[in-house]
Amino acid sequence: MANLKELALLEERAPGFYGGHSLCAGCGIPPIVRTVLGSIPGPKVAISATGCLEVATTRYPFTAWGVPWIHVAFENAAAVAGGVEAAYRALSRRGALGAEPVTFVAFAGDGGTYDIGLQALSGALERGHRLIYVCYNNEAYMNTGIQRSGATPYAANTTTSPVGSLGRGKSERRKDMTAIVVAHHIPYAAQAAASHWQDLGRKVERAAATDGPSFLNVLATCPPGWGHDAKDSVKLARIAVETHYWPLFEVVEGHYRITHRPLHQRPLEEWLNLQKRFSHLHGERSADLVVRLQQELDEGWSQLQMRDAADAEWFRAQEEAGA
Amino acid sequence: MARVETTSQVLTGAEATAHAMRQIRPDVVPVYPITPQTPIIQTFSRFVADGKTDTVLLQVESEHSAMSAAVGAALAGGRTMTATASQGLALMVEVVYIAAGLRAPVVIAVGNRALSGPINIHGDHSDGMLARDSGALQLYAQDAQEAYDLTVLAPRLAEHPDVMLPVMVGQDGFNVTHSAEPVALLADEEVGEFVGEYRIPNPLLGGEGPSSHGVFAMPDSYFEIRYQLVEAVEAAEHVYDELAAEYARRFGRFLPAIDSYRMEDAQRALLVLGSAAGTAKDVVDDLRGEGERVGLLALRLYRPFPEAALRAAMGGVTRLGVLDRAVSPGAYPPLFSDAHAALSGTGIELRSFVYGLGGRDLSTRALRQVLSELAAPAAARIRYVGLRGEDDDGES
Amino acid sequence: MSGAIGPLRAGGVVLPGDVPRPRTGGWRTGRKPAVDLSRCVNCLVCWIHCPDTAVLQEHAVFQGFNYDLCKGCEICVEVCPADAISMVPEQTELAAGGVLPGTGVLAHGQG
Repeated sequence: MANLKELALLEERAPGFYGGHSLCAGCGIPPIVRTVLGSIPGPKVAISATGCLEVATTRYPFTAWGVPWIHVAFENAAAVAGGVEAAYRALSRRGALGAEPVTFVAFAGDGGTYDIGLQALSGALERGHRLIYVCYNNEAYMNTGIQRSGATPYAANTTTSPVGSLGRGKSERRKDMTAIVVAHHIPYAAQAAASHWQDLGRKVERAAATDGPSFLNVLATCPPGWGHDAKDSVKLARIAVETHYWPLFEVVEGHYRITHRPLHQRPLEEWLNLQKRFSHLHGERSADLVVRLQQELDEGWSQLQMRDAADAEWFRAQEEAGA
Repeated sequence: MARVETTSQVLTGAEATAHAMRQIRPDVVPVYPITPQTPIIQTFSRFVADGKTDTVLLQVESEHSAMSAAVGAALAGGRTMTATASQGLALMVEVVYIAAGLRAPVVIAVGNRALSGPINIHGDHSDGMLARDSGALQLYAQDAQEAYDLTVLAPRLAEHPDVMLPVMVGQDGFNVTHSAEPVALLADEEVGEFVGEYRIPNPLLGGEGPSSHGVFAMPDSYFEIRYQLVEAVEAAEHVYDELAAEYARRFGRFLPAIDSYRMEDAQRALLVLGSAAGTAKDVVDDLRGEGERVGLLALRLYRPFPEAALRAAMGGVTRLGVLDRAVSPGAYPPLFSDAHAALSGTGIELRSFVYGLGGRDLSTRALRQVLSELAAPAAARIRYVGLRGEDDDGES
Repeated sequence: MSGAIGPLRAGGVVLPGDVPRPRTGGWRTGRKPAVDLSRCVNCLVCWIHCPDTAVLQEHAVFQGFNYDLCKGCEICVEVCPADAISMVPEQTELAAGGVLPGTGVLAHGQG
């Protein structure tokens, strides 16, 4: 894995993403994009779904993208990426392009991935395109003003799951999108967070070296959408990992491995208390919601640990075979 | 006009289209099956499986993804074609608009079919009309031969530097897609030479530097970018005329934007799109034999609408019957509306006839009736030809 | 209409050099980051976490802040493991790159 100095040199040589965009102060998305682009050696093409990242980085006639970039619509980033990759195969085959391999990276938010883009993603994964699909997951439709999505956690207050005299925030659980992706039998999938940039960078390198589709579900903090201070972006992502709200793991050919084990599980309150979307969870009246959230986290973590333990032998064998 | 080596085979419109695609050898074909387009991609898939073309064939999971992948592939720098019909075109139409706006020169073969509901798999032009205002160019073939020729011509039109737009090549579902007739195919090399190399400015792959496609435009720039699209669509008429002339010079078949049939001294005429032209020509012949001064105009180019050419083609016509195979409920149907606007101020009386929805047959008897009605004052605002109750011909 | 709208290529294609980058530094609300160079260990953690590429580096050596881009989110202050960065009032006079006076001079990176 490249260290920060190497990443810095890479970005200096071939900047993939410039400042001057209009993403919010403290937005969690740009560090994900920069780490992803910086961790991929060689030329790359970026494909965006409609969303915060797309709108804020390409307001005509400005572009923040230093790599070839295309956006077509909201629900089709994976299909567009598949088309670009197919053209690459066709053009390479007849010698129309240089020998240096090109990497294709799709960026879509949780709306464009978990919900409206799920079908196109499923199709692209099944077809086996060699591309990296990055979901920058800020857990709601932030670009349109914080509406709930399939990635929005239970009990979160959004503009379409508002807290009111009856409403208690979102009444449904978030989807396990990573598991849905894994069910497509793709060679590589992982969950990551920008707070753990080294872990993210290593996963991107692994994805880039994968011959087939890979999927990275990366938690992206959102100051206006989550109601947190801009300065707390990195801290919150770290807390998400350390409360087991957002475990860091990878799935290689269907085999699970936890890539970062927090020394101690931090209390869920640390995660909740920094975000206004959970401010209604303080106090007795909402204790049941917190209990349910905690249960969800604990179940997820224990399931993940079991999978990790069951697959440990497989990874050892892989490493021995590789060494 | 030159005569070139051709081989004649008995082919359906769908098969002929697949042959044209094989000879064009597109880099990428993302496609999803739908009746009555399916035989196009089945035949083409067979060509790919047999190594007859080295196209990367993407069997995608929906027409929406087919068109999305097509835009990605076309702007990446690969020649791209797809095929669809009906609900499939309806599903992809969001992306057809975007393809036009982003100036992605994708060729789309369309087996024109009715739209649901109720669901119906047979021919009409409702699907094409749904994409009428997308900025994609629209060609309509009268028969399998034209489906072939227009498909061969389409990439040049789509990729012309003044155009850079998607082109839909329509052929009536079943009437053309599934009807076999002798089709004269060009030699593979001739097609290869005619279509030439695919080239676009600023491709994602192999371009001179990074380019951003599909950016976000605010009110200060959106209008200008859309106006550019309008200009490109309008420029396509002249480009089509030049290509049709070149095609005729090289291959001996001339397919002008408007097919004018026996319009010399005609007083009454019909205006149609697609396969109805064949039936209409028979009827015109019969009536001419009976001494009636009738003629036919069939549009091959529907978008851009060849307004000046239509006016020029009218000659001494005083009444024009416009046959639409689609409706615009609550208003006049699309072809009529277009023709009415194009001919305003000419003093020509236009009458609206709707026929053939969902595969309802258009008989020669019905067309004779239409032409005879044109000789008399209008009986209805819009005549529904072949509709049960309104017109007994539909039951015959 | 006011202002230029760029070269207007077909389809609204834009290239990175078409227009100057928007100066998002105007988003700051009265405070800006400043660095105490005597504490900086050049770990570049602030650089990777900056959403606006407003932390400058040259050959992997920290070069201070680009105030044209910095939106004042304070993430750099939070993530700095050496407590070298702090927010100061906008009008504070700083040395080149946002260095607190008397704490050192930015060294250029070696290529």
